Amino acid sequence: MASTTASAALPADPAADAGKAEKPPSPLRAKRRRQLAQWGFIAPAVLFMALFFGYPLVRNIVMSFQDYSPSTFFTGEAPFNGLDNWRNVFDDGLFGKALWQTVLFTVGSLAGQFCIGLALAVFFSRRFPLNGILRSLILLPWLVPMVVSGIVWRRIFDQDTGVLNSFLGTLGLGGDTPWLTSTSMALVSVILVNIWIGIPFNMVILYGGLQEVPKELHEAAALDGASAWRTFRSVTLPVLKPVITVVLVLGFMSTVKILDLVLALTDGGPADSTQTLGTLTYQNSFVQMDFGAGAVVGNVLILISAVFAVFYLRANRNEGK
Amino acid sequence: MATTTQIPAAPAPATVHRSRRRWGATVLGVVILAVMLFPLYWMINTALQPDASLVDVAPVPTGLDLSGFSSALADQGTNLLTSLAVALGAVVICLAISAPAAYGLAQFGLRGGRTIVFGTLITQMVPGIVIANALYSAYVDLGLVNSYFGLMLADASLGIPFAIVLMRSFMVSIPREVIEAAEVDGAGRVRTFVRVVLPMSRNSLITAGLFSFLYAWSDFMFALTLNTTDDVKPITLGIYQYIGAHVGDWGSVMAASVLSAVPAAVLLVLSQKYIAAGITGGSVK
Repeated sequence: MASTTASAALPADPAADAGKAEKPPSPLRAKRRRQLAQWGFIAPAVLFMALFFGYPLVRNIVMSFQDYSPSTFFTGEAPFNGLDNWRNVFDDGLFGKALWQTVLFTVGSLAGQFCIGLALAVFFSRRFPLNGILRSLILLPWLVPMVVSGIVWRRIFDQDTGVLNSFLGTLGLGGDTPWLTSTSMALVSVILVNIWIGIPFNMVILYGGLQEVPKELHEAAALDGASAWRTFRSVTLPVLKPVITVVLVLGFMSTVKILDLVLALTDGGPADSTQTLGTLTYQNSFVQMDFGAGAVVGNVLILISAVFAVFYLRANRNEGK
Repeated sequence: MATTTQIPAAPAPATVHRSRRRWGATVLGVVILAVMLFPLYWMINTALQPDASLVDVAPVPTGLDLSGFSSALADQGTNLLTSLAVALGAVVICLAISAPAAYGLAQFGLRGGRTIVFGTLITQMVPGIVIANALYSAYVDLGLVNSYFGLMLADASLGIPFAIVLMRSFMVSIPREVIEAAEVDGAGRVRTFVRVVLPMSRNSLITAGLFSFLYAWSDFMFALTLNTTDDVKPITLGIYQYIGAHVGDWGSVMAASVLSAVPAAVLLVLSQKYIAAGITGGSVK
């Protein structure tokens, strides 16, 4: 306590003051030294982020104008080739297909995750026995490595021997759906799995948001005779809006770049029907060893993410107010 | 509450009715949970029936056949250890880099600090495959491909932005006076950080550590792209390659999957409050 009053009486800067007692005053130098020491705390993180986030961003742009081939990593030569990579990627029908499938995948996943997540968040906002335990166990699917979830679902989805089809068969609902092996079904199946993975995350954040809605508002609405749906729409949703923005934008970020799940479920097939921008980047670079083409797709992915980053930051700023 | 204290002997019919309704919600909750967890149940169930032919996997394991697990351990045991080593290394790197930075950004009020926080938020949006794309050639040049350290560094990048944002939002609330008092008592800046700030931020440190562990443990993309040989093979990559070779032997594949999901399950049970705090804290703040 004594020290706090003492420091309050001092001219705000203890380090500069200590220097004053011995040497002639040079507050400017003391201040600079102090700032240097303070930057020492932050510098490693800044350096790391520059190397692992900044550098790849710049490097990807450069790479997209370079000609990479399987031998590049032995010879070290990747000559510049102007717009060739861009032209090749855009001319190839696969890019448009992957872009469209990424849109479908992202919109489908987000819609499903969000609606079910919100419904569960509302459900778990009621008080009932064992609520807490049930609510935390539901997180499990989200914590299991995504590749592993993909492999488990691959087994469940198997057309002839999977449990899903045998269950549907028992109910008399067909039971021979080619979930992952038909070009018209595979993307839907991948979306279903991603919805399953994303529900817990949406639920937890929306649940947190719902707890912030003042109880009095609900009581007031109930007194006014508003129906449950009406109360939800005009009382809960407006308060929840910033949280909804955050959950959707974060969901978007993790969905649009999807790679693990698709590789584990379908490897992008059958006949490229589950190829997304993420898997296409991977295929161009790490399967074909054409890193220039991979960089082009990657840059498009970054551009899309950047647009939504703006949304996120705006939402985050409003949140801070 | 008021009604029960007034008539403790015989609860009013309304209360009985209400508590029955509340248990009704519990039943519904259990059903929802069962549907959500069914795939994980099926994973365990299949793992326990390694000898069953593909079509007739029983809905409940008939006996306790652990041979799937023993063959999974034989094939994937090393990969599990690799995952553990890489994830722990990533946690150490992540915390060593982000804890001081979070403190600096929370308390020093440096010029440019806001820009760095902003930059940290932005980095969370960079798609991992884009990072891998550029990192691969840099790693080739630096000799970091197929190395533990290289993968640890890359995996640490999955947790660092989140850890900085999370710990910073906690450290902002440490009162100035506490830090100044320590410094007036003669503790240097580093000692103040280690002896005063870190113990006070224990919870946020644990949460950040937990999440960076889970991110690194679950990582598949960096493992897939930054390794060209079998020298460093985490469990996620091991299982992925396993299904290529063992499609008929789903018992072992599922047993390996169960083993890879164990850390997540254990951490969830042991530290659910940190995990819930992390999911909300890291995303909303």
